[in-house]
Amino acid sequence: MEEKLKLSPDSFEALPQAQEPDNEKIAAPSLTFVQDAWRRLKMNKGALISFWIIILMMIVAFGSSFFINHSTLVKSAPQYANLPAKIPGVPINGFNGKLKVAGQWVDEYKQNNVPTGKYFILGTDNLGHSLAQRILYGTKISLIVALVATFFDLTIGVAYGIISGWRGGRVDTVMQRIIEIISSIPSLVIVVLMLIVLRPGMTSIIAAIAISSWTTMARMIRAETLQLKSQEYVLAARSLGESPFKIAWKHLVPNLSSVIIIQTMYTIPTAIFFEAFLSFIGIGISSPETSLGVLLNDGQKNFQFLPYQMWYPAIVLCILMIAFNLLGDGLRDAFDPKSRR
Amino acid sequence: MRKYLLKRVFYMILTLFLVASITFFLMKLMPGTPYSNQEKMTPQQIQIMNEQYGLNKPIWMQYLIYLGGMLHGDLGTSFQFSNQPVSYLISSRIGPSAQLGAQAMVFGLFFGIIVGSIAAINRNTWIDTTSTVLSIIGKSVPNFVLAVLLQYYIALKLGWFPIADWGSFSYTVLPTIALGVGPLAETARFIRTGMVDVMNSDYIELAKAKGLSRYGVVYHHALRNSLIPLVTLIGPYTVALMTGSLVIENIFSIPGIGEQFVKSILTNDYPTIMGVTMLFSAGLVVVILLTDIIYGIIDPRIRLSGNGD
Repeated sequence: MEEKLKLSPDSFEALPQAQEPDNEKIAAPSLTFVQDAWRRLKMNKGALISFWIIILMMIVAFGSSFFINHSTLVKSAPQYANLPAKIPGVPINGFNGKLKVAGQWVDEYKQNNVPTGKYFILGTDNLGHSLAQRILYGTKISLIVALVATFFDLTIGVAYGIISGWRGGRVDTVMQRIIEIISSIPSLVIVVLMLIVLRPGMTSIIAAIAISSWTTMARMIRAETLQLKSQEYVLAARSLGESPFKIAWKHLVPNLSSVIIIQTMYTIPTAIFFEAFLSFIGIGISSPETSLGVLLNDGQKNFQFLPYQMWYPAIVLCILMIAFNLLGDGLRDAFDPKSRR
Repeated sequence: MRKYLLKRVFYMILTLFLVASITFFLMKLMPGTPYSNQEKMTPQQIQIMNEQYGLNKPIWMQYLIYLGGMLHGDLGTSFQFSNQPVSYLISSRIGPSAQLGAQAMVFGLFFGIIVGSIAAINRNTWIDTTSTVLSIIGKSVPNFVLAVLLQYYIALKLGWFPIADWGSFSYTVLPTIALGVGPLAETARFIRTGMVDVMNSDYIELAKAKGLSRYGVVYHHALRNSLIPLVTLIGPYTVALMTGSLVIENIFSIPGIGEQFVKSILTNDYPTIMGVTMLFSAGLVVVILLTDIIYGIIDPRIRLSGNGD
């Protein structure tokens, strides 16, 4: 027991600094919420392609306003009416100015004595407007209607949801009952009444869509707000005397952003559909104004003889809808990986 | 349960009352009189007509009369359609619309469930991918575009079904498909998600361990449990079918409510608009109440309480 080990200080040796174990090092750079979601979205090919398609369509549609103005677009040119698509150098029937009439391909451009240099990439409609230009313009209008309606839908829905969830108690009960009543009225009825009162047109369609579709957003935001309300950082902000408005803006909205983004992505295609639907049955935007719904309505009248007049706008509309739906699904999976299967 | 029902019925009536009031006052704000489409009438004739239809009374009295009439199923007289009572117009046209709606709902749910379960069973195979792609397309392609394409290529070119009009069952096939594809796609996605969830649960494992056949597992355990939440979708589907009926009935010239509604909107026939509006609202409210009750009955975990959200 008494024995003592006589160890000289030399027998101890400090480990070299360089050999510090790095098994606790964080390998990946830290990602913000948005970066993380974007990383996950990039892995979803369909959503990523849809994202770029939407960006491209928006750039083309909105960029076209520098080249196409509506006053020249509505000028009719009967000498060019109902010409099929013609792209120089493309010898495929259907894209070379030929149209199937009674089972035979006929060069409509020659028949109507169109000057040789003149051609229309997607053909013309029954008043001689270039279909390509009208589709570009119509896509722009449809997108504007959808985006503006969604913006209002989002603003009303988020504000209503946050107030309802934040205030709680009787205010919440009353506000929820109001939502319950509004959402049990078919949105079609609200839209139709609004259109009758406000006269058909872009503004009334936007108002009608916004008014009839905000309840879903408000419900989801309220449910999330109820959860967020009891978080420590909200309590901290409250005890520091932050005003409710600032708490909502600085703490709630950023934390609600995923819900807002996902819901928005589902509202946009619904709005596009509704605009096309209303214009198609003739109670929305009507000729000579142009939107995808108007083009479909115009094209449908001649579908039997000039199917391309409906096919092209229909394809554009379908691509737009599919892209928004796929992107919506992708964003939902990206922001909420738990829901992914 | 009883308290819950009473409360729900109260809200139902409140909703309908609000819809009736709002439509009434909005329509009163609108320009135009019942006589704008008639031949020239002398002021005396107009006065007689006004007295006959109660249009000379103050607005609030007209409002009460309107509400009172509604309780008796009297929805006023149409401005346009040869001055027929609106209730007659609606009741003579509700048959085709109801049949079409019911057929489309059954078609969508039935095939949606089949497609969805096949996709879930063969998860992450080409079958699953195909059905996912198809349901995205089915959800995205507007029903009126589909209707025009079906009408042209199936009815006109191939001649398999009548092009338009209303008659035997074969007349209903194409409109039913056009209306039902949206719900079909939605149901397929919903069932697939639900079933993938259920297939991972312990009782499926147990059922497999018991030696139940693949079909038995799917039919008795997986499908039944993923069907329950589907009831909640019936409300939104009803809205979609009502909306769709407007345009589908127009394309296929079906003498139904939707076609009537579009006509009355285009001709500013306010009494008919009000009547159809009330019909659609009442239909939806009833469907929502029924689905909530059914949901409570088939899934005992959902409690029907008087103060639930």
